Amino acid sequence: MNAQATALQDPRLNRPEPFTPPLGDGGFFQRDRSIHPPAHAPGYKSSVLRSPRQSLLSLENSVSEITGPVFGHNDLGPLDNDLIRNYAKDGDPVGERIIVHGRVMDETGRGVPNTLVEFWQANAGGRYRHKKDTYLAPIDPNFGGCGRALTDDTGYYYFRTVKPGPYPWRNYVNSWRPAHIHFSVFGSGFAQRLITQMYFEGDPLIPVCPILTTIPDKDALDRLVAPLDLNASTPFDSLAYRFDIVLRGQRSTYFENRTAGN
Amino acid sequence: MPQPLNYLKETASQTAGPYVHIGLIPAMAGFDIFEKNFSNVLVTPNTKGERITLEGRVLDGSGTPLRDVLLEIWQANAAGRYNHPADRSAGAVEEEFRGWGRAGSDFESGLVTFETIKPGAITDKTGRKCAPHVNVWIVARGINIGLNTRLYFSDEEAANAADPVLNLIEQPVRRKTLIATRSERAGKVVYSFTINLQGPEETVFFDV
Repeated sequence: MNAQATALQDPRLNRPEPFTPPLGDGGFFQRDRSIHPPAHAPGYKSSVLRSPRQSLLSLENSVSEITGPVFGHNDLGPLDNDLIRNYAKDGDPVGERIIVHGRVMDETGRGVPNTLVEFWQANAGGRYRHKKDTYLAPIDPNFGGCGRALTDDTGYYYFRTVKPGPYPWRNYVNSWRPAHIHFSVFGSGFAQRLITQMYFEGDPLIPVCPILTTIPDKDALDRLVAPLDLNASTPFDSLAYRFDIVLRGQRSTYFENRTAGN
Repeated sequence: MPQPLNYLKETASQTAGPYVHIGLIPAMAGFDIFEKNFSNVLVTPNTKGERITLEGRVLDGSGTPLRDVLLEIWQANAAGRYNHPADRSAGAVEEEFRGWGRAGSDFESGLVTFETIKPGAITDKTGRKCAPHVNVWIVARGINIGLNTRLYFSDEEAANAADPVLNLIEQPVRRKTLIATRSERAGKVVYSFTINLQGPEETVFFDV
């Protein structure tokens, strides 16, 4: 019997399952670690004792990674995306009023809908409302410094706040953080989970920040800097900054799978 | 020039910093702001399954507990089903059991705890059975990109021995870094874990 006849009798070669689309298995695109800061970045001293030294073990995405927590409007309160009002006691917080808005997308450019975005920041003087922050700038009695939003059907989110101030921290004796807002984003699967920081266009502290410069890729660093967006500002009220966030691409969505008959 | 592919690039990670509690667990930062808060308690009175406490610490390269670390866990319910539409396995979803929680470590002891249920064995999309496990994500000051690991259960020896992910770990001795140890304390089931960021017993972390 020749090799071809043997092959034709192999039942594995006549399976009834259709050939599936190349981007259809539901996993996420492999993470490009070259655009992320390495775990061990000695210029940011805290990373030295807190960085794993063994190789990460690469896992093909299983159901444990392509699923993740689902949130809804029931999880949020009406003022959660308004940092000017969500902790106000006897007036508005001090500082430059700003709107921050943008889209959460995946690497294919699709919006990530109904995903939870959380944000926190220092007040206009660079002081955090946190029992461990002892910087001499005063707490603002009307500013909590945190909020959250769900993206809409297109991945769009927005919130209102005051621009945070820069502040000194212990790394070198004269290290200052550029003004920044921390972001936590979920996506649709736990493997997309991301925490990052947004910076402000034109801040002279950006190129000398030991944390920001842990990012080895100049373009990736620039993508953390939000441009001033005058078109979205509210005249005589608030300036606006635009910050789009990109999560890992997904090789399909469950909606697409459903329409395919699965 | 070939056609451009035009994929976007993922946004770069940055450390959660020492004040991560403000945004994610404001009560730990010392104030009350949201009407509804997320917590380390995953169960409600209606949740099915064996009640367990997950309890552990994250240690730095000197063996010192991190006292400003934040952990999130993501797990299936007792039937082995994730509360997410991409899980098409047979077990029933429980609406009240999201399967996710977050906890900050104690500012003195570094202890992290979750009140949850022991998940069931998971059926992967290929039909493989995977040992019960909890997916863990770790962020803190000094951690530049969130660390992914898993916790398995010490009383699931047979399932662990057959688990496809544990078996990907080349050195059997390193598999033990993912096993939480079962004990009973005042009638409650506690699984204890230690996550070592460095050293000879460094925990296995995944690129998921």
